[in-house]
Amino acid sequence: MSKKDHINESILNDEIREHMKENRIDHMKYLPGMEVIDSAVMDQVLSAMEAYDYEKYTEQDVLRAIAADNRTPEDFAALLSPAALPHLEEMAQAAQRETRKHFGNSIYMFTPLYIANYCENYCIYCGFNCHNRIRRARLNAEEIEREMEAIAESGLQEILILTGESRAKSDVKYIGEACKIARKYFKMIGLEVYPMNSDEYHYLHECGADYVTVFQETYNADKYETLHLAGHKRIFPYRINAQERALMGGMRGVAFAALLGLDDFRKDAFATGMHAYLLQRKYPHAEISFSCPRLRPIINNDRINPMDVHEAQLLQVVTAYRLFMPFAGITISTRECARVRDNMVNIAATKISAGVSTGIGSHVEEMEDKGDEQFEISDARTVDEVYKDLAKIGLQPVMSDYIYV
Amino acid sequence: MTDMNKDTFCLGGHEFQSRFILGSGKYSLELIKAAVENAGAQIITLALRRANQGGLANILDYIPKDVTLLPNTSGARNAEEAVRIARLAREICQSDFIKIEVIHDSKYLLPDNYETVKATEILAKEGFVVMPYMYPDLNAARDLANAGAACVMPLGSPIGSNKGICTKDFIQILIDEIDLPIIVDAGIGRPSQACEAMEMGAAAVMANTAIATAGDIPAMAGAFRKAIEAGRTAYLSGMGRVIEKGSSASSPLTGFLEEQE
Repeated sequence: MSKKDHINESILNDEIREHMKENRIDHMKYLPGMEVIDSAVMDQVLSAMEAYDYEKYTEQDVLRAIAADNRTPEDFAALLSPAALPHLEEMAQAAQRETRKHFGNSIYMFTPLYIANYCENYCIYCGFNCHNRIRRARLNAEEIEREMEAIAESGLQEILILTGESRAKSDVKYIGEACKIARKYFKMIGLEVYPMNSDEYHYLHECGADYVTVFQETYNADKYETLHLAGHKRIFPYRINAQERALMGGMRGVAFAALLGLDDFRKDAFATGMHAYLLQRKYPHAEISFSCPRLRPIINNDRINPMDVHEAQLLQVVTAYRLFMPFAGITISTRECARVRDNMVNIAATKISAGVSTGIGSHVEEMEDKGDEQFEISDARTVDEVYKDLAKIGLQPVMSDYIYV
Repeated sequence: MTDMNKDTFCLGGHEFQSRFILGSGKYSLELIKAAVENAGAQIITLALRRANQGGLANILDYIPKDVTLLPNTSGARNAEEAVRIARLAREICQSDFIKIEVIHDSKYLLPDNYETVKATEILAKEGFVVMPYMYPDLNAARDLANAGAACVMPLGSPIGSNKGICTKDFIQILIDEIDLPIIVDAGIGRPSQACEAMEMGAAAVMANTAIATAGDIPAMAGAFRKAIEAGRTAYLSGMGRVIEKGSSASSPLTGFLEEQE
């Protein structure tokens, strides 16, 4: 398959094909109210990705990159190339050494809490998309508190608050209130919500949040346009600059991800790494982390799969991130099964979720399970089970490595 | 001969015999006790951000009670944050000891000397025993001493790098010029490097990653202890001359003085 024609057929159905024929707004033009920042990072990332020709790298390039002391973007490019795949074992061993050097055997544990699943976007691969007929819900303050209380009882001290991307249904103030409640129960609060302006990030930081995750999904703007048919999320540059706005707003750390399987995964992984690399150079204090999600089946489309991103390719991406930025956090989500996750944390990942539900109102038993989930999870282990499984392979689960100041 | 039992060093009025400061992060909680025992350590550091408020895997439950807890301010990006973390640490750990770490570089984790001096000044006035982690710069070390630091903790190489004492010549200057204990912190990757620091005249050595990433953690803690003791003894014994290149001719330049007629 040529790089240009890459399309993941498993996402498409007749309804989506019909919608794709409709006229759509310009995905490169900011909408009113969206903050425009003076930054060259997006252009730098996109031109680096454009220039990345992974077929040109040889075994020698790969071996040199593995052996290097400080790895350059060129080394990173080689590690993501097809030539590196036969050297996955060496990459994994080098990645493990780097991980231990920087993190010892500590593995951080957390859980995501979905507080709302309303969404105004039409992302054709996502279970929350506004055309998908699912049960929608939004927790009120009292329900959020009950969910958080239940999660805190499991021993976790870090939480990631998520919403669907709807400013109308989950406005900034609502998210801020959730952060304030979370401050009572957790030492570390991350956010995975719609991109916003730097002053809004500043407000949420004041409310207690300190980490912002934004999945770019794909860095290929043309492909992005065909996958995000409507809504604020359609505006590609506003999304790609979200991490920088978060840092400008005072957030301590930012996380990056491409959803592997949407487009050419090598190019997307390369762009993700370059995005993080360039922002860290511009904001040296920023704590950087990566997520490595692969496409998963959703309600009303159980055929969705990550195509050519098999477990080996996923491991290649994860180890390449580690070798390129040895100090960065890497999170491995419940999109992967227990076997893959436990091996990933043993090699390169540093953070793992547990007791996960991607639905709304699922942590308190007596609370009615109110909203449907974003995607199917593959690892349903409880906090206690993950804790014990980590200890079994000689890793030390860490609940807290953070202090809000 | 020097009596090793009386060879102590002093931090803020507290006397210590062990010259090995142990880190507590990066390894299994169950192994902390054995590591402390084998290391013979009397001081153990703790990142305050790792201290849970109860709950699962609370590191505070695993640190032996008879050692001095040295909380650090890791996570602080400037003096103000370091001061706030130090005050919290005093409440939680019930200890006046504080290791200042001010870092706003997520890649190399290099300390910011300027902000570190500012934090030291404030905390020393508040009665803390301030132990600042710093990049080995003579002027900054003098500022730290003037600000009331109890010791100076220069880095050997970047945290976690296990590269040894890359900054050797500059640490030697601090040892020679600063009238406070110089504790080499960060980058010590193997016992021989810890020994080297002690031979140079460092008052103590701090290590974490080197032990945490060892195959047998308690055994490695023991190896470090022996190396540190050996280095200290060598220092106190007065090191012999080391000839850099080949053997030396008896008196190639002044020999003519013997040739008087």
